Parts: sequence; C-alpha cells; structure tokens
Amino acid sequence: MFAFIVRRVIQSIIVMLVISFIGFSVQHNIGDPVRDMVGIRVSVAEREALRDKLGLNDPFLTQYFRFVRNALHGDLGTSYFHSKPALDVILSKAPATLELVFGSSVIILVFTFPVGIYSALRPRSWFSRFVMGASTVGVAVPVFLTAIALIYVFGVELNWLPAYGRGETVNVYGWESGLLTMDGIRHLILPSISLSSIMLPLYIRLIRSEMMEVLETDYIKYAWAKGLHRKRIWLVHAFKNTLLPVVTVFGVEIGILFAFTLLTETVFQWQGMGFMFLEAVERSDTALLVAYLVVVGAMFVVINTLVDIVYGFINPMVRVTGVK
Amino acid sequence: MNTWKRFKDSYFFYSFKRDPLAIVSSAVFFFLVAVAFLAPVVAPHDPYDTATIDILDAEIPPSWMEGGEEEFWLGTDIQGRDLFSTMLYGLRTSVIIGLGAVIFQAVVGIFVGLISGYLGGKIDSFLMRVADIQFSIPYLIVAIIASAVFQLAFGVGRFEELAMPLLILIIGMSEWPKYARTVRASVLGERKKEYVEAARVIGLNRRLIMFRHILPNTMTPVLVISTIQVAQAVMSEAALSFLGLGMPITKPSLGSLINAGFEYVFSGSWWITFFPGLLLVTFTLVIILFGDWMRDVLNPKLYKG
Repeated sequence: MFAFIVRRVIQSIIVMLVISFIGFSVQHNIGDPVRDMVGIRVSVAEREALRDKLGLNDPFLTQYFRFVRNALHGDLGTSYFHSKPALDVILSKAPATLELVFGSSVIILVFTFPVGIYSALRPRSWFSRFVMGASTVGVAVPVFLTAIALIYVFGVELNWLPAYGRGETVNVYGWESGLLTMDGIRHLILPSISLSSIMLPLYIRLIRSEMMEVLETDYIKYAWAKGLHRKRIWLVHAFKNTLLPVVTVFGVEIGILFAFTLLTETVFQWQGMGFMFLEAVERSDTALLVAYLVVVGAMFVVINTLVDIVYGFINPMVRVTGVK
Repeated sequence: MNTWKRFKDSYFFYSFKRDPLAIVSSAVFFFLVAVAFLAPVVAPHDPYDTATIDILDAEIPPSWMEGGEEEFWLGTDIQGRDLFSTMLYGLRTSVIIGLGAVIFQAVVGIFVGLISGYLGGKIDSFLMRVADIQFSIPYLIVAIIASAVFQLAFGVGRFEELAMPLLILIIGMSEWPKYARTVRASVLGERKKEYVEAARVIGLNRRLIMFRHILPNTMTPVLVISTIQVAQAVMSEAALSFLGLGMPITKPSLGSLINAGFEYVFSGSWWITFFPGLLLVTFTLVIILFGDWMRDVLNPKLYKG
C-alpha cells in the first residue's frame, strides 16, 4: 500500500511538472510581462533594461525553473488587468464556482434517487417511460440552451427569479458566500438547475439500471422468500447496494460538472472562475490564464490522486495492476 | 455486389429494418447531412456574400409572424442574414468539424491503442498512463483551454481564419484517449487468438499482423463509440463557439449563431436563438438515438437499461 501511494504521488508530481511546463511555454511565447508592467509608452532601451532585470533574457530552462520555484511559493505571476497576484484573483472567484457546483450537486442528489429508484421498480408505468424518453432528449440538449430557456421563462416572462449575477453575498472569514442570504439563494437557483441538467439524465439512467440489476440478484430473491416487507427489500437490501457504484461515479463526474460551470457562468454572468477565465482570454491577460491552467490542473491532479488512493484502500485490485 | 448482398442478409440490416426508431433517426441524420452539404444549392440566400446582406433587414421575425417577410422564411439574424440559409451553412460547418474531429481522434486513438495493445511492455504502460492522465481531466476543459491558448497565440483575426482546422485539431486532441482505450482492450482480446498465432507462424511481420489482421477485428467497438463521439464533437464545437472560442460570427456554426442571438432573446427576437438551437438538438439527438441502437445490435453484452 505504501509503495502504491508513493508511486501515485510521484506520478502526480510528474504530471504537475508537465502542466506547469505547458503553462510556462504559453506564457513564454505569448505573454509579455514588460508590457503588462509598464504599458507601451516606454522606450525600447528602457524595456530592454527591464527585461534584463526581470531575467527575461535568461535561457528558457532557467526561466522555467524560476517559474516553478515561484509557483511553489504561491506566486503564479501578476494579473495584468486586475494588477493583483493572479492566484489571489482566482481564489477570490473560487467560492462562486464552488457554490454553483454545490447547488447543482444538491439538486442532482435530491432528484435522481427517487426518480431513478421509482423507474427501476415500476419500469412500465407511464411516468417511468416519460422519464426515460425525457432523459434521452436531455442528453442532446446543450447546457447553454437549457440556461437560456430557463432565463427566458423564469427570469423574463414570469419574472420569478433573478437571471444575472450572484445577488447579495456575505463575507464569512474571507469566503464570499451567497448561501446565507435569501437573495443569494434565489440567484443560485436557475444556474444550479441548468448546470445539473447535464447530469440529471445520465444519473437517473445509471441509478435505474444499477437498481434493476440488483433486483435480479439471488439475495433479493432470498429476501422475498423470507417474506420481508417490500419497503425493506427495496430500500435497505436493494438500494444500499446500488449506492456504491453511483457514489463512485459521482466523485468522478464532479470534475465534469466543474468543466460545465464555464458555460453556465457565461450565460448567467456568474462571477466565478470560469467567467474570470473567459474575461482573461478576451483581455489577453496571459498571466491570469496561465495561473488558471496551473490551478485547475493542480485541482484535478489532487482530486484524482486522492480518489485513486481511496480506491486502493477499498479495492486491492487497483494496487496490483500497474505492478509488473 | 457480393458485399451488398452480404450486408442485406446480415443481422445488422435485419434488425435495422425492424426498428422504426433506427430508421427514422438515420433518415433524419442523412437528410440533415445532405441538406447541410448541399447548402449552397438549397439555401435561398448566401450568408457569406456580403453584397446581398442588408443591415436594415436585421431582426425580421419569421414569415408567419406579424412583421415577417415572405423572402425570409425563418426571419433574419442581427446582421440581416436570412436565418434559414445561415443555419444550413452553420450546420454544414458543425458537421464538417464534428466528422473531422472524430476522424482525427479515431486515427490517433486507433494507432496508439493498436501499438499499445500489441507491443505491450514499457510502451504500453507509458501510452496508457498518458491516456489515463488526459482522461482524468474533462475533455471540455482541455478543449476550452487549448482554444483560448490558440486564440491568444494567433491573435483573434488569424484564429478566425484558421478556426475550422484548429477546432478539428483541438476537439480531436481532447478526445483521443477514448479510442486508444477501446482499441487496446479489444487488441488484448484478439492478440491471443489462433489466427494471429498462425499469421506469426507463417512469418508475417508485426506491422502486417497489426494493421491487416488485428485492426479489422477491432472495428466493431470503434464503430459503436464513433457515433456517440460525433454527437459529442458537434456539441463540443457548439460549446466552444458559444463561448466565443470557436467559429466566428462571420463564418457561423450553430453554436456561434446561438451565441450571437442569445442577447437578443430577452428583447423579443427569440427566433435567432431558437431555430439554430432546435436544429442542434435535433441533429445530436438523432445521432445519439442511432448510436444507442447500433450499440445494442453490435454489442448485446454491453446493453444496460
């Protein structure tokens, strides 16, 4: 087990080096820190002097190692537009994105389980058929169309819910939270629903098929034969065993949810990391873009490493594969 | 003729004939692709011909609504282009990028999977590690960051010129691990079979065995995932264009049309977004339905709910 953890950690360090190398090459080739610092009204000679002072004329690898050393100290460069350290800008936007992901996860968990279980237990009822049909169509509807439709219906026509921004936020130990005010929660509803719409169809199908499979197994038949109450069989015996694969998939899919926040945030002008990233692209804010790349890369590497290690504890087979 | 007869007598064609959903979805798919590629002939206007576009025609509603004009069946967009014609050209762009990206990722993925599965050893573990790592980051994030970097590197103007090949490259590169894994898995199954051993015994070289003997036998799973991948690629392209990182509005795809129209939805011009959106959903839906059917027929073991 120890060897497995060490191997996984070494591997993730290599991946981080590769990601930072890509990030650095991007910055090296398209970014211009001198312009970012002084603007364009400074003479060529002065710029050259500044370049020398900043070490921008050093060999590529020297600069790369400096970049990595700074990154390890939490310095990912300075955002040209915000004139603040890029990492601070990203971290200040992170709560909005995390709350959006949290909101949609709640919606997914609350809706998919009852619907998925019901359609597994009563596969022939009109409701189950409708759900299965709707989930097929749902897979084909892109998240931004759902978002536009929701804004149009609930934000503009009915005027029930706010359609833009985060609303009133409360600062809790540096975390700008919208979850603590009524206004913030009202603003969260539509974006969360549209973000969850990409996962709802897949999840209902997954829970349904897992549940149907479990219901066919011998121990369920045995439970019926023992004469247990059907609620006990469904909820305790069958449901508990559909839970493991579903939760496992959910851990992985949260990454995909994160990816789709970029689209949701754009439509709702939700001031999160994705919105910030697209603004950075528009403003050619290379330092911020590179910092985003490194932060997001690190996030996925850490999550995947943790998931793999937890798997290693649960399932010894994972530890063995890969060892020759 | 022989191949055609074999196809006609096959189980594949038999179950196709008996499944109305498969027939309808494939018919719609081929109809849309045909219309898209015939856009220059079918479309009443040419959205690329700036001489015929009049900005005063902007935001005309569909012809059956009040204020609509006979000339523009589904109305016009914000630049005064006929929406119906622009959608057909947009569909063509989406189809080309979708198919191009899938062909690209299939070629890369099949090559990697074949080498990895047949040669095994260090090359295999290295290639599969790379695939695993890329797989662990959602494809959309990879595609979005890649196109953002390309846009900054080339500058917006040059990026717009090169948008189509670049998008094929970006979407292709973000999805190849799926093919590599699928192909590798079936190569591992085939490698131990007798016909491969026989080919090795008669002294054929490795390249010939890999590409002429094993590769054709891994094509079924490739075909199954390919349909879903086309739908996926079309949707990725739409997502990128919607974010402004894909096709420019002067050469619109369905995604950039939706993007351009979306700010006007709330001032009442819903059709600029609605019709391209509807077309996009219909197109991906028929591909998904056809893909589901194909998966069930070609691979009954995989079938779940």
